[in-house]
Amino acid sequence: MRFGEFGGRYVPEVLIPPLEELEKAYNELKDDEEFRKELDYYLRSYAGRPTPLYFAKNLSKELGMRVYLKREDLLHGGAHKINNTLAQALLAKFMGKSRIIAETGAGQHGVATAMASALLGLKCRIYMGALDYERQKMNVFRMKILGAEVVPVESGSRTLKDAINEALRDWAESFETTHYLIGSVVGPHPFPIIVRDFQSIIGKEARRQILELEQRLPDAIVACVGGGSNAMGIFYPFLKDKVRLIGVEAGGEGIESGRHSASLSAGSKGVLHGMLSYFLQDSEGMIADTHSIAAGLDYPGVGPEHAYLKDSGRVEYSIATDKEALNAFLKLSKLEGIIPALESAHALAYLEKDESLKGSVVIVNLSGRGDKDLGIVMEVLK
Amino acid sequence: MIDKSLIVFFPAGYPSKEKTLEFMLYANADVFELGVPFSDPIADGPAIQKAYFTAISNGFRLRDAFWIAKKFREQSHKKLVLMNYYNPIYRTGIKKFVENAYSCGIDAMLVVDLPFDEANEFVEVCRDMGMKNVFLSAPNTSDERLRAIDELSEFIYLVSTYGVTGVRDKISELAFKALRRAKSVCRKPIAVGFGVSKKEHVSELFQAGADGVVVGSAIVRLIERFGDDAGKEIERFTAALRF
Repeated sequence: MRFGEFGGRYVPEVLIPPLEELEKAYNELKDDEEFRKELDYYLRSYAGRPTPLYFAKNLSKELGMRVYLKREDLLHGGAHKINNTLAQALLAKFMGKSRIIAETGAGQHGVATAMASALLGLKCRIYMGALDYERQKMNVFRMKILGAEVVPVESGSRTLKDAINEALRDWAESFETTHYLIGSVVGPHPFPIIVRDFQSIIGKEARRQILELEQRLPDAIVACVGGGSNAMGIFYPFLKDKVRLIGVEAGGEGIESGRHSASLSAGSKGVLHGMLSYFLQDSEGMIADTHSIAAGLDYPGVGPEHAYLKDSGRVEYSIATDKEALNAFLKLSKLEGIIPALESAHALAYLEKDESLKGSVVIVNLSGRGDKDLGIVMEVLK
Repeated sequence: MIDKSLIVFFPAGYPSKEKTLEFMLYANADVFELGVPFSDPIADGPAIQKAYFTAISNGFRLRDAFWIAKKFREQSHKKLVLMNYYNPIYRTGIKKFVENAYSCGIDAMLVVDLPFDEANEFVEVCRDMGMKNVFLSAPNTSDERLRAIDELSEFIYLVSTYGVTGVRDKISELAFKALRRAKSVCRKPIAVGFGVSKKEHVSELFQAGADGVVVGSAIVRLIERFGDDAGKEIERFTAALRF
């Protein structure tokens, strides 16, 4: 299964059977009424769904447009990640797996995985780049409190991509007992589809909510894109509508500086982590180091469906720099009393960069809350 | 291409292209695998990962792998397999990359993260040029997939165990079972790799019907341990593996 030319299953032969097993189990389960009921129960009573679609009246006034925030920041754990981890953990149980492994960058997906594993009685090991492990000590501690084992990955660039490498190595050995709970719409097929489907509850709710509040669809939807799970989640139910969809990548210190994570805006086609997509790489295919103030966007690739939606022109992709994201972070905090995650602040920052949005109805996916980023912001403001 | 063959693996450019060539010429083996360093080697354990990262930080470029192959071919008629991750090939352009490899005297291409179902274009390009292919199989590979792999491969590289490359104490029952099944399903020769590091491993596998055995991480460890002087050690080690 591909998205145009993108996606695929570029993995060593040993991983083909576990991916086939996963695909089969997912297809059996996804429309199963019992599973839907159980997932729905946990999403409501444990995670806090549905999340509100909040009309940000002060920000709207300031920007001259009608801005709605999809409040994924209010979920348990503080980000949209729990939508996917609860669902995949249930899938793992259905498959008879007793152990979960996952990668994490800043720690949000690791925390959400640890929560779902604790809840469902699954053993849990999280791989985290050694650099991130150092930078995000509090999240490491959170995961440990939640009963997960956290393994710092010392190889390569010691960041998220290396954590994914290590999780894949683990899985090649442990797949009989273990489910790899990938955290974004990346990886070999069927992962990008599974994660997109489980995250698309964001867009389904938002669609219903905006029709209630505005009696019409929005003019535009804006979301940040690292791997791209929150963006796919909110875009997917609107793909067939006449709605502008805008993904905002991490421009870091500016594209020309080379220190950024904008694989769609500045990358080239390549194959990594089981998928054909856009990557930041050199002329010989070595994967580049990346940078963003938002650790959750600091990844050299992007989900293959985004690559397809970029090339087909259905979704527009743009960037916001560290500085622009930081300004948006401060602005939303002051104007609305909501501290957004630095990741989500990239989407907010875009609103000020596009004159054509003035006067229109816009939904921003507020994918997470910013408490986790206070240390970083404090450093920068010093 | 293989017949009770000892196949040895060398990471290109570890610690330098000149040393890789020297080490290869010291080795007492029938078939050589030259590993092309990649920034994200997901199928490799710590020893080969470290070799690749060292090569890259020492400035490895793809032309260095081709240089090693070319020089090796000038001095040896032994078969040479290039072991790759797919992205450098894809990024270079399949045709250009395979042409380069062919002109350097490389006999076959193995791409660890390119299963045959994703390899149509790659196989076609190789065929047109007379470049041979080697595909991996694993203990959990179905008979049906084994047959497809058999069809496309010059020989089959059977991964002996679950997990990544690396030295292991003994060859598992899983490996022997997988070897027996592969022998019964496939018509092409079978080479067994991953975790093979001792003379007993080699003779056990040959006895069990393997047409080749691949020794990789054990050689990388020798280079790690003896550095620039590893040549003689590699010569001794490889000679002892067979007799």
